[in-house]
Amino acid sequence: MSILIDQNTKLVVQGITGRDGSFHARATKAYGTQVVAGVTPGKGGQSLDGIPIFNTVAEAVEKTGANTSVIYVPPAFAPDAILEAAHAGVVLVVAVTEGIPTMEMIPVVRELARMHVRLIGPNCPGLISPGKAKVGIMPGEIHRPGPVGVVSRSGTLTYEMVHQLTINGIGQSTCIGIGGDPIIGTNFMDVLPLFQADPETKAVVMIGEIGGTAEEEAAQYVKTKMTKPVVAFIAGQTAPPGKRMGHAGAIISGGKGTAAEKMRALGEAGIPVAMIPSEVGPLIRKALGL
Amino acid sequence: MNIHEYQAREIFRAHGIPVPGGEVASTPEEVEAIASRLGGRVVIKAQVHAGGRGKAGGVKLATGPAEAREMASAILGMEIKGLTVLKVLVAPALDIAHEYYLGVAVDRKAGLPLIMASREGGIDIEEVAVTRPQAIVRHHFDPQAGLRAFEARQIAFAIEPDGKQAAQIAAVLQKLCVAFAAVDASLAEINPLIKTLDGEIVALDAKVNLDDNALFRHPELAALRDRSTETPDEEEARQKGLSFIKLDGEIGCVVNGAGLAMATMDLVKHFGGRPANFLDIGGSSDPEKVVTAIKIITHDPKVKAILFNIFGGITRCDDVARGLVEAVKRTQIKLPIVIRLTGTNEAEAREILKGVSGLTPATSMDEAVQKAVALAKSTGGAA
Repeated sequence: MSILIDQNTKLVVQGITGRDGSFHARATKAYGTQVVAGVTPGKGGQSLDGIPIFNTVAEAVEKTGANTSVIYVPPAFAPDAILEAAHAGVVLVVAVTEGIPTMEMIPVVRELARMHVRLIGPNCPGLISPGKAKVGIMPGEIHRPGPVGVVSRSGTLTYEMVHQLTINGIGQSTCIGIGGDPIIGTNFMDVLPLFQADPETKAVVMIGEIGGTAEEEAAQYVKTKMTKPVVAFIAGQTAPPGKRMGHAGAIISGGKGTAAEKMRALGEAGIPVAMIPSEVGPLIRKALGL
Repeated sequence: MNIHEYQAREIFRAHGIPVPGGEVASTPEEVEAIASRLGGRVVIKAQVHAGGRGKAGGVKLATGPAEAREMASAILGMEIKGLTVLKVLVAPALDIAHEYYLGVAVDRKAGLPLIMASREGGIDIEEVAVTRPQAIVRHHFDPQAGLRAFEARQIAFAIEPDGKQAAQIAAVLQKLCVAFAAVDASLAEINPLIKTLDGEIVALDAKVNLDDNALFRHPELAALRDRSTETPDEEEARQKGLSFIKLDGEIGCVVNGAGLAMATMDLVKHFGGRPANFLDIGGSSDPEKVVTAIKIITHDPKVKAILFNIFGGITRCDDVARGLVEAVKRTQIKLPIVIRLTGTNEAEAREILKGVSGLTPATSMDEAVQKAVALAKSTGGAA
């Protein structure tokens, strides 16, 4: 097993004729994902490497049975593309697009939650269940099937961590990049219960970074609800404090949000925290009893 | 993006929030002229992107035009947290009966804007938040529906029992929420919102931070950017789509992705070096970005070695390699370069870099960082 995507995932690629969309549609198909359709308004009837292109997601879903969408549409049009996918009936929308205004994402995230359609991202690398399917921009070849779930706010740092696991002989069940924007569809707190319930996942690597309080909240969840071992890493220990203006951010976070505070909260919840990325492999081996 | 108080006041004014009169000036003579026009006592406030202006001596009260001129000459040109004051706001001094706090910011956890309001506004509001959090009223609102009148009344009465002032505060709150959504703010704050001795509610200060991702649809707000607060390197980096923050160390870092860039800086420190910068070349890379990155890093005379840590995904390693070849050709770099490229199109990248001399390859992040630290030390960098 794995979570969210597998051999039964049927993917529609929104923005398939753009530079990034076409490159990653090909790479995704080459990895073995069932890429059943592409969508670019006005280019319906064309195809890309045998993938049929439609004008609307609704038509793509109707004709191909697509159940998952990935979005490579530019930021000004991406919120609408996400809503289009949700209303067309897919169950999972993965928004890779970077640079969407926060005020645009707030109603979109709420609408998808009301519709019970899961959104990953935006501004995320996507997710992969190694050996089964990938939906997103991560290099597939660094992954191996196995027992470790990976969840991360970062993109490339996730690849680095997966690479560390793979060279330590440890495969992954599913790896998810949840995205770095302030408003995202799926957070650590949403992913951890899925890994807890997945019989194939035996341990979890959680990769956080400075800002917000998602890691602190996840630490509480792990402490009270999770029986599987979790290993964490936090990026930004040496990041300089920004030129902070205004008090509202500090009032919301109540002093939380720094790397030191996050590492302390994780430690207190009994979660081993790697000091450097290459410590993650050994810590997970230990957690798995290898 | 940060904007100045005098610019934020204009946004507030345009949305009907009461703000005191006043004008912005950049010379003591202008300050004197404005003070004469305003008449009476005036406040002179440094316009810099830094908090704690008052405590740093950047806010002064003057009794008349001559004193205003004198104080302006002290404030103009002074440094607050490393930033030079080039402009001041000159505004009529108001008699304060009470100071409240109103703020709106995006709450990541709830996925909604959060209003924070307190009867105990002023410079110690953060301390209030820590020591007596119950003194701050919190309320989320849906930006599509806007803050309803009844919600605004509930918040206003929670911080001011008097009906007349509470009604005014509620009106300010509703307008603040409209402004917050209309300009795509990430923060809008009034500290303090005051009650004058005459019982009027006025926004004495104005702070607005804008969402960078939304500037494309607000060209008039994008034009408010104060270029004097950016170094030429920072400006060039921003225009080329690089995320760059200058630091104090000797190892120039070129990384793709903010998380990996921070982890690379952490690792430089872990292995006994100091990063010279945070630099994220971003996703979808074009070779030109790498050329710009090298140019900016080599402007810093403290840099003794350059470290490339690229994990290809949407960024293709061959694009980065092409940029590096181009940069070497154009800039004749003398510094040692350690390069670690892994992921998408890694083999093509290795082929492109074959003919380039002076590069130290590394396969892992640990190895790359250790080599860069060692090279920086051997070329005279202090760690």
